[in-house]
Amino acid sequence: MASKVIQALYNDDDVLMSAVKRVRAAHHHIEEIYSPFPVHGLDKAMGLAPTRIAIASFLYGCVGLTVAVTMMNFIMIEDWPQNIGGKPSFSFIENMPAFVPIMFELTVFFAAHLMVITFYLRSKLWPFKQAENPDVRTTDDHFLMEVAYEGNEEEIRALLVETGAVEIKLSEKH
Amino acid sequence: MYTFSNKLRTAAFVLMIVGALGLVYGFLSAPSTVAEAQEMVAGAHHDEGHDAAEAHAEPAAGHGEQAHGDAHGEESHGDEHGEHLLHQLQNKPWAALYVAAFFFMMISLGVLAFYAIQRAAQAGWSPVLFRVMEGITGYLLPGALIVFLLLALSGFHMNHLFVWMDPEVVAHDELIQGKTGFLNVPFFLLRAFIYIAGWSAYRFFSRKFSIAQDTADDDSNFKKNFRISAAFLVFFLVSESMMSWDWIMSVDPHWFSTLFGWYVFASMFVSGITVIALITIYLKSKGYLEHVNDSHLHDLAKFMFGISIFWTYLWFSQFMLYWYSDIPEEVTYFVTRIEDYKLPFFGMLVMNFVFPLLILMNSDYKRVNWFVVMAGIVILLGHYMDIYNMVMPATVGDQWFIGAAEIGGILFFAGLFIFVVFSSLTKAPLLAKRNPFIEESKHFHY
Repeated sequence: MASKVIQALYNDDDVLMSAVKRVRAAHHHIEEIYSPFPVHGLDKAMGLAPTRIAIASFLYGCVGLTVAVTMMNFIMIEDWPQNIGGKPSFSFIENMPAFVPIMFELTVFFAAHLMVITFYLRSKLWPFKQAENPDVRTTDDHFLMEVAYEGNEEEIRALLVETGAVEIKLSEKH
Repeated sequence: MYTFSNKLRTAAFVLMIVGALGLVYGFLSAPSTVAEAQEMVAGAHHDEGHDAAEAHAEPAAGHGEQAHGDAHGEESHGDEHGEHLLHQLQNKPWAALYVAAFFFMMISLGVLAFYAIQRAAQAGWSPVLFRVMEGITGYLLPGALIVFLLLALSGFHMNHLFVWMDPEVVAHDELIQGKTGFLNVPFFLLRAFIYIAGWSAYRFFSRKFSIAQDTADDDSNFKKNFRISAAFLVFFLVSESMMSWDWIMSVDPHWFSTLFGWYVFASMFVSGITVIALITIYLKSKGYLEHVNDSHLHDLAKFMFGISIFWTYLWFSQFMLYWYSDIPEEVTYFVTRIEDYKLPFFGMLVMNFVFPLLILMNSDYKRVNWFVVMAGIVILLGHYMDIYNMVMPATVGDQWFIGAAEIGGILFFAGLFIFVVFSSLTKAPLLAKRNPFIEESKHFHY
């Protein structure tokens, strides 16, 4: 684990994209990239693994459906099968159309909310979290790439200048 | 330019001939007297449930004797019942023909609507597929004319598909009498003519402008196409809705549903998009669509997925409202379907909803040809069943069966559809030139 990183600032996302490709081609490890907005294709260029949050969401949806079915089957069919306006409460399937709106909504509710919470947990976001921003300009109009420092500062600095970095500095990794 | 391969042409003709034979067999085996009809039913009726009927391709003749014994007085029901049964059995080949004719017509109509939406929305991904869509809508005019001919034949009392066309029935039915202002044969055929003329006119001019744009030196044809597409969509929504009341809902003249037009629309839209995807995959595999990539396929599959769910939403909204309120005069529509058509009625839900939901949910699967083809075939069969479930209960009742006439109808129109569509694909280059969005479309990726 490198304790120091080289930070290169860019002011254009196209330049950043080609820089990422150059740096990766030169086999330097990119620690992190800070960007004010999503740059299309940046994750692919960095070689990040695809997200699995959609799979998680599908499973959460299945949980929601199960909760809805179990809940209504217990309440409406098993626990107290009343005759409410002549609706058939003899078995779940007979009364199912009336339950579908709730089954649908709970599926969506679980899939959406649990997915969002998963996202917060996995990206370590919470209300009083200390912002991890190496340079305030990256929230406005600059892009910052952190490259692992392994004692070869001059070599990396030369490469980064070549890729169009507007500012390069060596910094402690926080 | 696309050249119609001889293999495919032969296959289309084989389908047509086999299908025609099936239909002819269906018509020849329909009973012509009450006694014959009762004989047929007694032979097949009581030894198996109708749900299992599909599995038995032919009602075994040997069963006739033994089943005759426990046929509880099929003959003694009197003439009225026998007459009814005769009509149902005589309707069977007609209904099979009508369902298949309507199904394939509706595919090309759905494609036409999709095409007009792509034009009006100025979609950037789809222009490389415009010629495929135009090819498929080539079937609209012949297909709609066949449906029109069948409607006209019903109007001339060649069959009993539409009970409200029978003056005998109307004379004793005050409910239908109240609707004769709308449901009368001349007005019915006039309306049908207007719908078909409107759709075909849009298809004709849009195709004309689309081809003219290939060699034009400005974008005026493109702009004209944009305008007529927007106008067509307005006409389409009205005419499609009315068409569904006329051609489908009026087989049950006592029943009505307000979202029926949307429901039929969803069915035709998803079938149309599925056929675009299938034909695109076919042409791509033959090396004709250079610029179509798996992102285009992914987009089509997303539409198949989304509109399948939209169809289900409408199906369920219609079903659940009737089921919940359970008003006797309205709910009979679903009661007959659930009692006599349990397997097709709920089976189509699996084919049109559960299957595409689970198969096409995954983004990677939407890019895999054979996944999309498999899902597409199931969706198409499911929507055939959908039309079948709309028409059959009112025309043949519990005498339904998927036999020679039904399969023959599908094969005949499938062959005709393939022949007409691929013939019209040969008539223009498969890549539209000078379309303002064509470059974007060629480089589309998702």
